[in-house]
Amino acid sequence: MTESGFDIAGLEAGHRPVSEFRYEKRPVVRGYNDRTLYVNVGNGRIAEKPVSADMRAKFTGGKGYGLRLLWDAVNPSTKWDDPENEINIAMGPVCGNTNYPGSGKSLVVSISPTTGIPIDCNVGGYFGPFLKFAGFDALEVQGKADRDVIVFIDGDDGVVSIFEAPGEAVDSHVLAEQMVAMFSRDEKDRQHISSVSAGTGAEHALIGCLNFSFYDKRRKVARLKQAGRGGIGTVFRDKKIKALVVRYSGLDVSSNNPADLAGLQETGLKLHREIVTLDDQQCRMREIGTAHLTEIMDEYDLLPTRNYKFGSSPDSPGLDSHAFSAMVTHGLPDGCWYGCTMACAKAADGFELATGPYRGHKVTVDGPEYETVAGCGSNIGVYDPRVVMELNFYCDTYGLDTISFGTSTAFVMECWEKGVLDSTRTGGLEMTWGNGPAVLELLHRIGRGEGFGLVAGLGVRGMKKYFAEHYGADPKLLQDIGCECKGLEYSQYVSKESLAQQGGYSMALKGPQHDEAWLIFMDMVNNRIPTFEDKAEALYYFPMFRTWFGLQGLCKLPWNDIEPADNASTDEPAKVPEHVENYLAIYKAITGNDLDRDGLIRQSARVYNFQKVFCIRMGKGRRIDDWPPYRMMGPVTVEEYESRADRYDKQLKEQVGIDPSGMGTPGKVAALRAYREDRYEKLLDAVYKRKGWTREGVPTVETLHDLGIDYPEVLEVVKPLLE
Amino acid sequence: MPSVKRLASDSSKCIGCGACMTACSTLFFKVDDPARSCISVTPSDSGSKITVCDQTCRLCVAECPVQALTVSSQGVVMLDRKLCVGCLACVAVCPIGAIRHYPGSANPFKCIACGACARKCPTGAIGIVVEERS
Repeated sequence: MTESGFDIAGLEAGHRPVSEFRYEKRPVVRGYNDRTLYVNVGNGRIAEKPVSADMRAKFTGGKGYGLRLLWDAVNPSTKWDDPENEINIAMGPVCGNTNYPGSGKSLVVSISPTTGIPIDCNVGGYFGPFLKFAGFDALEVQGKADRDVIVFIDGDDGVVSIFEAPGEAVDSHVLAEQMVAMFSRDEKDRQHISSVSAGTGAEHALIGCLNFSFYDKRRKVARLKQAGRGGIGTVFRDKKIKALVVRYSGLDVSSNNPADLAGLQETGLKLHREIVTLDDQQCRMREIGTAHLTEIMDEYDLLPTRNYKFGSSPDSPGLDSHAFSAMVTHGLPDGCWYGCTMACAKAADGFELATGPYRGHKVTVDGPEYETVAGCGSNIGVYDPRVVMELNFYCDTYGLDTISFGTSTAFVMECWEKGVLDSTRTGGLEMTWGNGPAVLELLHRIGRGEGFGLVAGLGVRGMKKYFAEHYGADPKLLQDIGCECKGLEYSQYVSKESLAQQGGYSMALKGPQHDEAWLIFMDMVNNRIPTFEDKAEALYYFPMFRTWFGLQGLCKLPWNDIEPADNASTDEPAKVPEHVENYLAIYKAITGNDLDRDGLIRQSARVYNFQKVFCIRMGKGRRIDDWPPYRMMGPVTVEEYESRADRYDKQLKEQVGIDPSGMGTPGKVAALRAYREDRYEKLLDAVYKRKGWTREGVPTVETLHDLGIDYPEVLEVVKPLLE
Repeated sequence: MPSVKRLASDSSKCIGCGACMTACSTLFFKVDDPARSCISVTPSDSGSKITVCDQTCRLCVAECPVQALTVSSQGVVMLDRKLCVGCLACVAVCPIGAIRHYPGSANPFKCIACGACARKCPTGAIGIVVEERS
């Protein structure tokens, strides 16, 4: 046994080499390597690929590179578990600089098990930046191994190896520690190791996530950030990959070799100072991260409660950010990449687990973030922060997405409430609102691949089909209350009172995640985008602007979770104009290339439209696929309507032009629904038009030509739909 | 009981000659440049304002993500440039601007209480002190 507590020599004795590849180490030039790494875990092939000038010009980096490589790897009939499906991790030119907060993100793409189309995740941790400085702008992992393997990229020595690894753990909190112990040369070297892993839950559920590690020197623990959405962890374990590991020990301010270091430092320092000065008066990210949002969302009736039926609860104070603040360790530099003074990656140390295979262990829990508090808290009626913490921990280590697990469990609970499920169908689990022990047991059954855990692990779309086929449940009801679109579970905001956000969610290319647009305050609270055209403009600009983070390897949070003191007095405060200027400045400082606001949007629009066509190529991405379940648009049930009767009655009277007095609630529900669904149709028309798409949601040849992505293989996908 | 070695200053004695900045920047950067001096003297209403690390608040030590900033046995906050990744978070959190940065250089710099400046001060406005701390 070593100091780490693991028998590393014993684990290593079980390794069997599969293949090895040596490459020439070269410095990064102005943010780019101009080569990518291809690894096939099925046949052991490892190779480097040059990045063409066209690829760099059109796809920029990050998600653009990941999608371009994925397109070339798959065909229209590829399923998530076919060997040709890939997991691609790419960074972008800005990624890895240590000066501008939020610059350490990796973008992961794959064909999703739950949607069947490309999924993309933006994730922190050290893997992406280290991979870039090891010499590659992207890693492309293809094939399926017969036995569990580890891929090790030694960026210090210029060697990539694949080896069978039968003895290592699967659950991420153990595996990440084993990787640090195995590959670091000494204690100082631990911070130079980062791994990507999933967990036992990802072997049994379609909602698997990836964990990207970052070694915390002060806590002396390998911490984890998640590429959560869309089941990439499931693809990872299906390929029998235990871990992707990278080592890079040469990090300094010149690793990214920027064109203008002084300029980069100036802009970075400006934002550092803004964060240090203003954060405690704004979002308290340095204190408690995104969990500060819970009480705000509850106050505005936006906190999903009982499967998005309601937007607030009298019990919500139990999940107040101060409850979690009391559990996390303070005063540490909690960035998930160097130089992020926003430091939102909070962690509770010494948390004693009460259930499951690690019961009694004292662990470090990364989080919880707001999405986890809402998904594994209010949305399932759980208001005990310790239960949320425990769910957070086990979701992470089992490699499961807390958002999809939360939304799926909320659906299970409502199905229980409506009599679709009972204890004979759940294997004895009483899936009532707020039953924390039952939810934890459900999670452990997913981890073990057992009984009802396998059903819940299908995610909402899979369960809808299963409950209709096996239990004779009403498909229309399941469609109304099952909160997924395109097969992806919704993230954690109630969108009923914001038409723009309904569109922001369900028109999002990968499925309903708010990373394309979060317009609720702009639309619902401040009424700044009243017309369909206004909403369409917002649903054009913000998805394009936010796509840019994914092309560069940036985090969205330092864009608008901190704002300059005078932001409110600018022309367009929602855009945070000064921070947009910062981005143009750091892009130029790193790449040496000029970029203006239009150019930024254009970089994004190319990749966004390419992804849209990719979705169509894989069989989704048209108008019918952009339609939300009615639960996300308005009150499905009498109970929901009556909980906000004053609001809805007023809307019937003032907006719909119907006098609700004397009407029964079912009639009012139906009248409001007809009105809202009609408005949603009009919104689709307006947004598609603004994006340069047909009424069916297909990019036109002119749009693709204008963006310079009218490649023959792209036109081949859209042309039959344009005739 | 831990001690703190630091550069103490008395601005009422400062005549603003800049000899301290010359001494510091010449010693560490081999140039005579106030922008590269760990101690900074600027004009103020009452004569001169002397800015230099007091070695005690240690916000920078807490902020450093790589523990490149540590406290020595003499109580001096030291930067290990081999560990520093140049993020400049320390520069941003310093409440008095005593961790400094020269544009385009890889690492920030700060006073390590070496006393070179004090030896050149013609009026005794600055001097090294060692204080016992509880």
